Amino acid sequence: MKQEFTITVYTENQVGLLNRIAIIFSRRKINIESLNVSPSEAEGIHRFTIIINEYEEVVRKLCRQIEKQVEVLKAYFNTNDEIVWQELALYKVPTDIIAEKVKVERLLREYGARAVAIRKDYTVFETTGHREEIEKLIKALEPYGLIEFVRSARVAIIKTSSGFHEKLKEFDEEQPGEDLMENEFLNQQDKVFSM
Amino acid sequence: METLELTKQKEAEKTIQSISGSKALLEACIAEDVQTIFGYPGGAIMPIYDALYDYPDKLKHILVRHEQGAIHAAQGFARSSGKVGVVFATSGPGATNLVTGLADAMIDSTPLVCITGQVFAHLLGTDAFQETDVINITTPVTKWNYQVTDANEIPHVLAKAFYIAKTGRPGPVLIDITKNAQIQKIDYTGYTKCEHIRSYRPKPIIRKEYIQQAAELINKAEKPFVLFGQGVILGKAEKEFKAFIEKAGIPSAWTLLGLSALPTEHPLNVGMLGMHGNYGPNVLTNECDVLIAVGMRFDDRVTGRLDKYAKQAKIIHLDIDPAEIDKNVKTTVPVWGDCKETLPLLTKLIEEKQHTAWLNKFNEYKQQEIDVVIHNELNPTSDIMTMGEVIKTLNELINGDAIIVTDVGQHQMVTCRYAKFNHTKSNITSGGLGTMGFGLPAAIGAKMGAPERTVIEIVGDGGFQMTIQELGTIMQYKPEVKIIILNNNFLGMVRQWQQLFNDKRYSFVDIQSPDFVQVAKGYGIAGKSIKDRKDLKTALQEMLNHKGAYLLEVMVGKENNVFPMVPQGCSVSEIRLK
Repeated sequence: MKQEFTITVYTENQVGLLNRIAIIFSRRKINIESLNVSPSEAEGIHRFTIIINEYEEVVRKLCRQIEKQVEVLKAYFNTNDEIVWQELALYKVPTDIIAEKVKVERLLREYGARAVAIRKDYTVFETTGHREEIEKLIKALEPYGLIEFVRSARVAIIKTSSGFHEKLKEFDEEQPGEDLMENEFLNQQDKVFSM
Repeated sequence: METLELTKQKEAEKTIQSISGSKALLEACIAEDVQTIFGYPGGAIMPIYDALYDYPDKLKHILVRHEQGAIHAAQGFARSSGKVGVVFATSGPGATNLVTGLADAMIDSTPLVCITGQVFAHLLGTDAFQETDVINITTPVTKWNYQVTDANEIPHVLAKAFYIAKTGRPGPVLIDITKNAQIQKIDYTGYTKCEHIRSYRPKPIIRKEYIQQAAELINKAEKPFVLFGQGVILGKAEKEFKAFIEKAGIPSAWTLLGLSALPTEHPLNVGMLGMHGNYGPNVLTNECDVLIAVGMRFDDRVTGRLDKYAKQAKIIHLDIDPAEIDKNVKTTVPVWGDCKETLPLLTKLIEEKQHTAWLNKFNEYKQQEIDVVIHNELNPTSDIMTMGEVIKTLNELINGDAIIVTDVGQHQMVTCRYAKFNHTKSNITSGGLGTMGFGLPAAIGAKMGAPERTVIEIVGDGGFQMTIQELGTIMQYKPEVKIIILNNNFLGMVRQWQQLFNDKRYSFVDIQSPDFVQVAKGYGIAGKSIKDRKDLKTALQEMLNHKGAYLLEVMVGKENNVFPMVPQGCSVSEIRLK
């Protein structure tokens, strides 16, 4: 079954790498639902967060192809229950309507939205959360003249990850430690191996 | 004291030279033991060519007739020598003409470093004359690429380029250098080879437990079967491979690119895999109990229909590229690593064995194939010559000692099926990409990469016309390339498919050819055309005896087909003998 996967990629900071990674998806006609590139916890190392809807087997192959790129250190993939994630959204609404309608104020409070800019003609609200929550607020605001809306890419933290600092040290070594060459079959031999 | 200081200062000045980016590039090539460069100059690479003018003794530049010729020649060079092939081309069309060769080298894992000139950095993105976004065009078809806009980067970028091209699973690297960086002077302190890149691990770590598991499987196997690919050649592991299969007595079949890694006459060499491979290896893939794949990637031309491929077998896959494991065929035991290292580990743990009855099965199928296909192909009764008999006669004369370069199509399949090889790195062909036009330039490069060896190109009438201009390169540098055109006056492989699957609707496969011998003559290359069997052997002998390049055209049957054949979408065991 196809499901949502979050792919986390640790890379060097290199011009053109975004394209090199993006074409691994487009070559297979896979749509990237969300993409975020930012610094990571390790200095000088960038972190890609990519969301796609795919079969696990395909995602596994994609990650191997990504990891194969010279400037990529590591690629992980996780289902939604293995990560903590957030998206951020901005909503621009006419100030006069908000000022008049008490209901809107209540609505915004209910969704935990926060005003980030208040002008005479418009107000910009911000909210963070999962996609469904963000989308619910759009629906709720639509009748009150939502002028503009934008949602950020997903950012995600892997629940079981202990970060990249230690790993990075091993990458600096000429002979990286064994766990770098993670093998999903290791210690699960009964699952894949029978004689 | 003063004099000591002065000497020190002078020494420091000596070690830091001011040189141009172009010169730094050429120094890098020399430091990487490059002796031959295939290329074509143009506006945006002129500073590099100007610098090259000062290196006539150290760097031999081969001026080709088209950049595609340059890169295929570099591929041929790399494949026959085991070294990195180097290409120079200019920006824009020069660079785009490399794309086919890059894709070919990428899929066939050929180590190349291609240098392209680029417009001045300040003109990037302005649609300047001969500006093309080479980096983005070549990203999908390079192992790594990089644009240099500052000459200070040249030494270490080149070091990285050579390191990436030749280590791990080899592949093509492209470095795009803007014209300003070629001219720019830098303080040059020498060249240091690259030995480690933090984010790049050329060799996966070998897992002992998998070696053990693989050995156990092999020891228990009753019908083990080895498939080997180019990984054995690229890993320079021919000896290790031979020791492995000999100890366990395992019948071994080759992929198109694995050909010549094991001598043809070796008793355990059971032949070719895949669409036009041998009968036994294909059928018995679906009967073996343990399938051991060494340095091969389960291409669809090898596997046929995947859901009916070796389902009964436990699969052991040895590969240096982790992305290949489980890509097409699910592995039981993944042996990640360089097969030069993993094979001896495995050999140590396996028991000495012979699988005589199992091996005989291959021989039985071979006999059937001989009766139905091979005998007639090699000993035709009609007056019309077959491609197979040309190869058979050639075998008698060269005794498996030559390098044979093929193009793509029927002649390629027939040659690979019937040519005999005693030495590794002797079969050079375009496998994964199937690039028509590969043969002639690759043969030129192959001869330059292995000048002591006889190089024979076997090519069809279609493919030859795709890069026929490289006869000019032969004219100029006189590599002793022997060209055999197997001319059937058709684009034979497509015609065969149209005959078998499209009711003989021969759609645009009827290709006319010029008088090839006259064309060769125009380039100062000796040649001959024959159509009678009685002339075949003497003509081949004459070609081999001739001092210098030679073109021999052999007219063969127009509508001969290559069999056996696994029709597309069929399982390997559904292979057709006719």
